[in-house]
Amino acid sequence: MNFSVTPLVASALAAAIPLVIAALGELVTERSGVLNLGLEGLMLMGALASFVAVAHGGGLAVSLLCGVLAGVAGALVFAVIAITLQGNQVATGLSLTILGTGVSAFAGRQYVGFRAPTAFSDWPIPVLGKLPIVGPFFSMNALGYFAVVALFLISAFLYRTRSGLELRSVGESPSVARSLGLHVTRTRYLATLFGGGMAGLAGCYYAVAQFKMWQDGLTSGNGWIALALVVFASWRPPRVALGALLFGGVSALGLWLQTVGIPVSTFALASLPYLATVVVLVTISADQQALRRYAPASLGKPFFDGD
Amino acid sequence: MKAETPPADGAAAAVSAQGDGPPLLRLSGIAKSYAAVRALDGVDLEVRAGETHAVLGENGAGKSTLMKVIYGAVQPDAGTIEWEGVPVSITAPTEARLRGIAMVFQHFALFESSTVVENVALALPEKVALKKLAERIADVSARYGLPVNPYQYVHRLSVGERQRVEIVRCLLQTPRLLIMDEPTSVLTPQAVDQLFETLRRLAAEGTAIVYVSHKLEEIRRLCDRATIIRQGKVVGHTDPRRETEGRLAELMIGRTFPHTQRRPKSEGAIALEVVGLDVPADGPFGKPLKSISFRLHAGEVLGIAGISGNGQAELLAALLGTTLSPSDAIFLTGVPVGHIGAARRRAAGLAFVPEERLGVGAVPELSLVQNALLTAYQRGMVRHGLIRRSDAAGYAERCIKDYDVRCAGPLAPAGSLSGGNLQKFIVGREIGQAPRVLVLGQPTWGVDVAATALIRQRIIDMAADGIGVLVVSEDLGEILEICDRVAVLAGGRLSPVRDVHATNAEEIGRWMAGGFPEKSDQAEAAA
Amino acid sequence: MMGFELKRRAAPSRLMKVLCPVQAIALTILIGLGIFAALGQDPLRAFYHFFIAPVSTANGVSELLLKASPLCLIGLGLAISYRANVWNIGAEGQMYLGGIFATGIAIHFQQSWGAATLPAMVIAGAVGGMLWASLTAVCRAQLHANEILVSLMLTYVANLLIKYLVFGPWQDPNANNFPLTVNFDDNALFPLLASFGWDWLEGTRLNVSIFITLVAIPLAWFFAERTFPGFQLMVGGLAPAAARYAGYSDKRAVWIAMLIGGAAAGLAGVSEVAGPIGQLNDRWAPQYGFTAIIVATLARLHPLGVPLAALLMALLYLGGETVQIELQLPQAISFVFQGLLLMFLLGSEVLVHYRIRRTRTAARASVPAAV
Repeated sequence: MNFSVTPLVASALAAAIPLVIAALGELVTERSGVLNLGLEGLMLMGALASFVAVAHGGGLAVSLLCGVLAGVAGALVFAVIAITLQGNQVATGLSLTILGTGVSAFAGRQYVGFRAPTAFSDWPIPVLGKLPIVGPFFSMNALGYFAVVALFLISAFLYRTRSGLELRSVGESPSVARSLGLHVTRTRYLATLFGGGMAGLAGCYYAVAQFKMWQDGLTSGNGWIALALVVFASWRPPRVALGALLFGGVSALGLWLQTVGIPVSTFALASLPYLATVVVLVTISADQQALRRYAPASLGKPFFDGD
Repeated sequence: MKAETPPADGAAAAVSAQGDGPPLLRLSGIAKSYAAVRALDGVDLEVRAGETHAVLGENGAGKSTLMKVIYGAVQPDAGTIEWEGVPVSITAPTEARLRGIAMVFQHFALFESSTVVENVALALPEKVALKKLAERIADVSARYGLPVNPYQYVHRLSVGERQRVEIVRCLLQTPRLLIMDEPTSVLTPQAVDQLFETLRRLAAEGTAIVYVSHKLEEIRRLCDRATIIRQGKVVGHTDPRRETEGRLAELMIGRTFPHTQRRPKSEGAIALEVVGLDVPADGPFGKPLKSISFRLHAGEVLGIAGISGNGQAELLAALLGTTLSPSDAIFLTGVPVGHIGAARRRAAGLAFVPEERLGVGAVPELSLVQNALLTAYQRGMVRHGLIRRSDAAGYAERCIKDYDVRCAGPLAPAGSLSGGNLQKFIVGREIGQAPRVLVLGQPTWGVDVAATALIRQRIIDMAADGIGVLVVSEDLGEILEICDRVAVLAGGRLSPVRDVHATNAEEIGRWMAGGFPEKSDQAEAAA
Repeated sequence: MMGFELKRRAAPSRLMKVLCPVQAIALTILIGLGIFAALGQDPLRAFYHFFIAPVSTANGVSELLLKASPLCLIGLGLAISYRANVWNIGAEGQMYLGGIFATGIAIHFQQSWGAATLPAMVIAGAVGGMLWASLTAVCRAQLHANEILVSLMLTYVANLLIKYLVFGPWQDPNANNFPLTVNFDDNALFPLLASFGWDWLEGTRLNVSIFITLVAIPLAWFFAERTFPGFQLMVGGLAPAAARYAGYSDKRAVWIAMLIGGAAAGLAGVSEVAGPIGQLNDRWAPQYGFTAIIVATLARLHPLGVPLAALLMALLYLGGETVQIELQLPQAISFVFQGLLLMFLLGSEVLVHYRIRRTRTAARASVPAAV
């Protein structure tokens, strides 16, 4: 049998990058106590915005910006309803998904099948990029390197800065935070908008780096998988990367099995990431004690930041 | 009614600032309403530097709200605040801190998943390097006799240690005015002495202390002045050392203090028996129980004293049945119930008043009728899975009548009742199920004096009727007042059970700190 | 921040509870008119085509009911589930399984079982939905995993399962490789109401399955409001700690909620494949399972409000189809409206518990005491 693992690693990595970006954003949001289930919708809006930007002649930087802004805009709507107006966070997130899915399908109709005139290309690091197995890690596109940098920066932010400490504290107990004079609403807004921007960025990846053309349902549920990743990572950044790679690996596994010549139904393979998500969720939830220790205590609960 | 007092002498020697110049803090005509409720109605308060000033009132009188106004967490609807003679408005806690007002909360404002030094850092307005801050913490804690480890995670600290962190946090800001909100409910008697030492030292240095409490004996020990608040209004300023406890109590509640009627103890069969119960900790911040054993007899009131956080939540959950145990660990009237859940234990004759009212004992959004249905469903209001609403309504109405529950009727949502009234309803609902064993957790916490008296009397009456009653309470005074026998839960272990007349507050206080002999060395006291 | 602040009410406002859905609908329509205008359409004309035209004929009304029926059925199941705080988001997948099970009976037994085929399909459909829902129930009740993500993931899997079946073992051999099953014959189809001789229904697709929905409405209400298990589920949703204190089993509540939702969705699935579609194919993805979430929320989780909400949401679907034909707007616009409606609903909920007041000027030195 003649097979090389490197292409498997490369596809796993390609699938993992947008998951890492979206999951890191959601991690920050959830650390402040806000549960944003609208990731799928935000990613689609970001994908659409960035695709439209390049389709109309914009450069990659512009498309990135558009993707981020679309994500931030969607997250702002969510924040007003879920934080200020204390709407049920689960239902509000779902409505954001429905809205985002609808908007991107609606506005993207005219672009279906359209190919992106420019797209992100890989920036391989000399020598390192050619190594077997680990080579793909040194041969990513701009967003891939961004994901790695973001991983470190967000870890440092959360655990080594005063603002990060405030964020985590707000997530643990907004009422205590308020009585100490911390700005609960402001912190949660910023965390939510950041998460939205990252989701938009992940959407941009799908549109302009991975598929490079527009179609319906571009993200095929990866927004939900990103949410599961945050739980799997126990709300700690390093494990997000690990989880994303595992998921990417599961997705890539299918293609790999086919190239190796093992006949598996395409549908069974396509369902692997979703089933893997269920398995992961069940596994991580088995240890309820550990989950309670790491989950932000106020996650998903509305908080009235007033008199 | 103002009682003029001469300048204080005795304990607070160096209070030279008293008598000249404007007071450090003066509140005039402070009013605050929440929806339809007048929490504060024209409150005046004057505190001088170096003075230890008590704010005395029963639960629900408005003390906490008043402190939040001083601290800037709440904005008054009307009234003035003067700081050193100058009118100010304090719109946020950060502003209060800048002026030198610090507050030690009754419910600690601490983040459990962070360390002591991180928690302190969050309260400070300026950004400070954690290492330097840790050194300052060590300094202050040594100076005032409040040992804390700056790098310890708060969730590992005992309740008393957490309070020390709160105090150290305040002292680091060198406050001119320190507010203590009900500080001693979480302390053993010995720890209370230590706290008072610290406070006296601070007062001697010129810090003004506002001491909020409803514990008359402590206020008379510690404070030079007292402002008494009743239902949001000031009813008097006085020197507590010159008044009797009875007089202060009268001022506090507006009439003579009710006393519960004891009756001679009668002892029947064993109603509840716990044998060698081990319970794992309730969550990452809980305390596991080790080998708990005791017997509750029909006709007696058994008290389990101890500060929250020593395994009370775990014990109550194990008794109720929300945590399951081996079948031979818990016996209800001789029947093993350790392995069965709460619903079936209720059917076997257990009634239970939980520590928390809203969200556990009652659902705030539901009516009193629905809340009656909540646990009394085995009293005929459910047949073949269908709800018999008139039966439930009748039950609720009986509870309201028999327990003097002030409410807008049986259809009023539970959340609209005051703490005392809701607690009376819950106690009535549980007692109305004619149980063999009644377990109550913190039965009069946060409850006004009249309701407290009613509940305590009913507990005693129940025992007189032959029910076995178990009271788990932080309030040592309550335990000594209504219980026949008492044991202490400390660090997840249960002390030997003592007859109430054979022990005193001091011994119990020592046991609360863990200083009791191992049970295996003693034979269980007979009967 | 903005000059306005929220103040908690003494008690939840009964008036607002009724007004909220009305406000949300009004706002959605307003924004909708704006969207039409922005797209270069005459807003009133678009409004007419979206909301009025679809139901101006008998056929239109029949189509409305045809869509509202599954939405109502699933919505009832979800309302009960959400009251118990069991967030079943996978009703779409449970609906697919209902359709799959019913199809399995139809294509294998419609010839041999005769008139018994359809009833068997109905039962099979409910069973299929419950089976799929029980996977989520196990994950949440026994394994403590989050039911939102699990039920959603299973929806994607259910969709793939349909594809597998209609591209593979259940594909109609005479279909030129199109991904669909054989058409169901009369034994396996719900009879059309028109066939009962009511001529105003002539030519419409409305069928007998609507009676399943009509029966489900009072049943759902009765369960939620008059039975003790319904009460237990509600308490578990409002205050889980109180439910535990009272001795209610959390696991049982999850199972009941999921099974009811799964059965309802499964029945909706049968009504689709044994109704207007008449077969199983890979284009069947009406998103009713997701729209029903909005139906339940619009009805404020009250079983008697669900039929009204279902009718409104069905109108949004029809409107989308109509403007696609008449005005060449993409059909996805109805999802935009759905999302907007849900958001406005959730946003206006705040007025039930809070009122809006202008903030008083920030730094006031002192306010004279009211003596």
